[in-house]
Amino acid sequence: MTVSGVAPIARTATRRPRALRGYLQGVLPKLVLAPSFILVLIFVYGFNLWTLFLSFTNSKAFATTNIVGFLNYKRLWDWTFETDPPSSWYTAIVNMGLFGGLYVVFCLFLGLTLAILLDQKIRGEGILRPIYLYPLALSFIVTGTAWKLFLDPRIGLEKAVHDWGWTSFHFDWVVNPSMMIYCVAIAGVWQTSGFVMAMFLAGLRGVDGEIIKAAQIDGASTFATYRRIIIPIMRPVFFSAIIILTHMAIKSYDLVLSVTGKNPGGAAELPSTFMYSYTFTRNQMAVGSTSAVIMLMTIAAIMVPCLYSELREKGR
Amino acid sequence: MTAAADLITATPRRERARHSLTTRVVIYGLLIFFAFVYLIPLVVMVMTSLKPLDEVTGGNMFALPHELTFAPWIDAWGKARIGVSETTGIAGYFWNSIKMVVPAVIISTLLGALNGYVLTKWRFPGHKLVFGMMLFACFIPFQSVIIPMAVILGWFGQFGNTLSDLTGFSFGFGNPTVNLVFVHTVYGLGFTTLFFRNYYEAFPTELVKAAQIDGASFFQIFRRILLPNSAPIIIVTVIYQFTNIWNDFLFGSTFAAGDSSPMTVALNNIVNTSTGIVEYNVNMAAAIIAAAPTLFVYIVGGRYFVRGLMAGAVKG
Repeated sequence: MTVSGVAPIARTATRRPRALRGYLQGVLPKLVLAPSFILVLIFVYGFNLWTLFLSFTNSKAFATTNIVGFLNYKRLWDWTFETDPPSSWYTAIVNMGLFGGLYVVFCLFLGLTLAILLDQKIRGEGILRPIYLYPLALSFIVTGTAWKLFLDPRIGLEKAVHDWGWTSFHFDWVVNPSMMIYCVAIAGVWQTSGFVMAMFLAGLRGVDGEIIKAAQIDGASTFATYRRIIIPIMRPVFFSAIIILTHMAIKSYDLVLSVTGKNPGGAAELPSTFMYSYTFTRNQMAVGSTSAVIMLMTIAAIMVPCLYSELREKGR
Repeated sequence: MTAAADLITATPRRERARHSLTTRVVIYGLLIFFAFVYLIPLVVMVMTSLKPLDEVTGGNMFALPHELTFAPWIDAWGKARIGVSETTGIAGYFWNSIKMVVPAVIISTLLGALNGYVLTKWRFPGHKLVFGMMLFACFIPFQSVIIPMAVILGWFGQFGNTLSDLTGFSFGFGNPTVNLVFVHTVYGLGFTTLFFRNYYEAFPTELVKAAQIDGASFFQIFRRILLPNSAPIIIVTVIYQFTNIWNDFLFGSTFAAGDSSPMTVALNNIVNTSTGIVEYNVNMAAAIIAAAPTLFVYIVGGRYFVRGLMAGAVKG
């Protein structure tokens, strides 16, 4: 018998159950795992619960234990509809929709397009692929810094195009508060689309060649083969990509700050920046934690059904 | 997981009708166009960093430097203004990042390897649940743990003060770099455990059993049998953790202020400084220095870099 009661894969050999060495050998694996598991229990589960608890209190600059019920949630709910003048939560949600939507859609579109183009037996794939992927090695701060310069109308794209002779060209989104969020999306797509390309490329290379041969024998065009056969087969890749992209979009914080230059006037507010400013600069910790809980719930709401359907697919 | 990543680098075996010349021209045209789009921001960054400031503000950003200068790089490293008053350059912050990244990567990778070893070769009842719970650490938005973490790190700081009153030494409690190492280790555990678990899952258990019969202990098996065969996954994990921790901004900006902040935070401060004229060339040099370590890792270990991303992507 083993100490754990069930035979593990590698047997914890304890011929004499009371022998100290044998006992140690039996508990040792669990002892090794325990610190990590306890850390995760406290710092992931415990902290999430703690944040949830704070969202029901009236914590300001410091955490308190005065429960105020759903007051903070009600406040955010009211702010959601406060459009004139827009509350920062309203701005955050609208921007989240714009940024998140554009980011996910364009990353998927560009990623899939590049993957399909690369999959056409072309020469030089080994040179092109790393070029599409390298932005991923850069931090969002560096990405944002680069795009802020690139799009700056005084020294960047607009000026360069003027120099080339097209003087009516106008592109000042990065300094225009109402258009800033689109620049954040541009920088984000540039940073992440290569990764989506890699995921799709792996998916494409994994498609069974026989199926495609059969389609071609039946006279299907390349376009039809992709649209009707290959892309539907890659449904799980779409799911994974959407999960990762939404996750990144909701979490993204540094990209907004660096592209917009510390989010002037809250024009490019996102839930992540909202959470941070309410918690750490506006001393409204309870409101900050409420928005953090909403972010967590949103991620869970998107991820759980996707994972569930993916697992079911595997189970079949 | 790694198999999926290898598919990208494998040559496509699939037979497909060869495209007509026009189609091929379009395909190559698009691929090369996108390669330019992905490369241009980096090229502009490098060129801007090599120009004197008046050439940046007065000239075209796409133009090659007339007057090649390395002064912005020297300034960025040793003299750039960070925040309001200090003109220390980013050198110190670069080392802050190194001091944070190296221990955090080593500890989280080692713990991940041990966890993966226990979770595959020393299974106990409930091992699946434990693994599933640890995976959750990969999904949470850090905003939902950041407030409790700030509180706890505050306590650590107080404890450190008490310790140094008593003993004259704080034992690292309250030290911002130690705090960041701790935070990154904890929130990296989910990924490192996932990587090693999936890798060791495919490792032949017979070898472990045979070693056990020969009297090898838990740690001997790990050190003599598992570890020598883990080179690929160690590289993948180290690259993944290194990139993530080096590029982190949220934790760095929250838990380490002023002189102890990591590179990303310092870069953001340089770029968004509100005093004096904007030295675009120095900003770009600083950004490239901030990006250099991860870019270097990407160029040297591109294959493993992609593998890690894919492994982290297929979390479910």
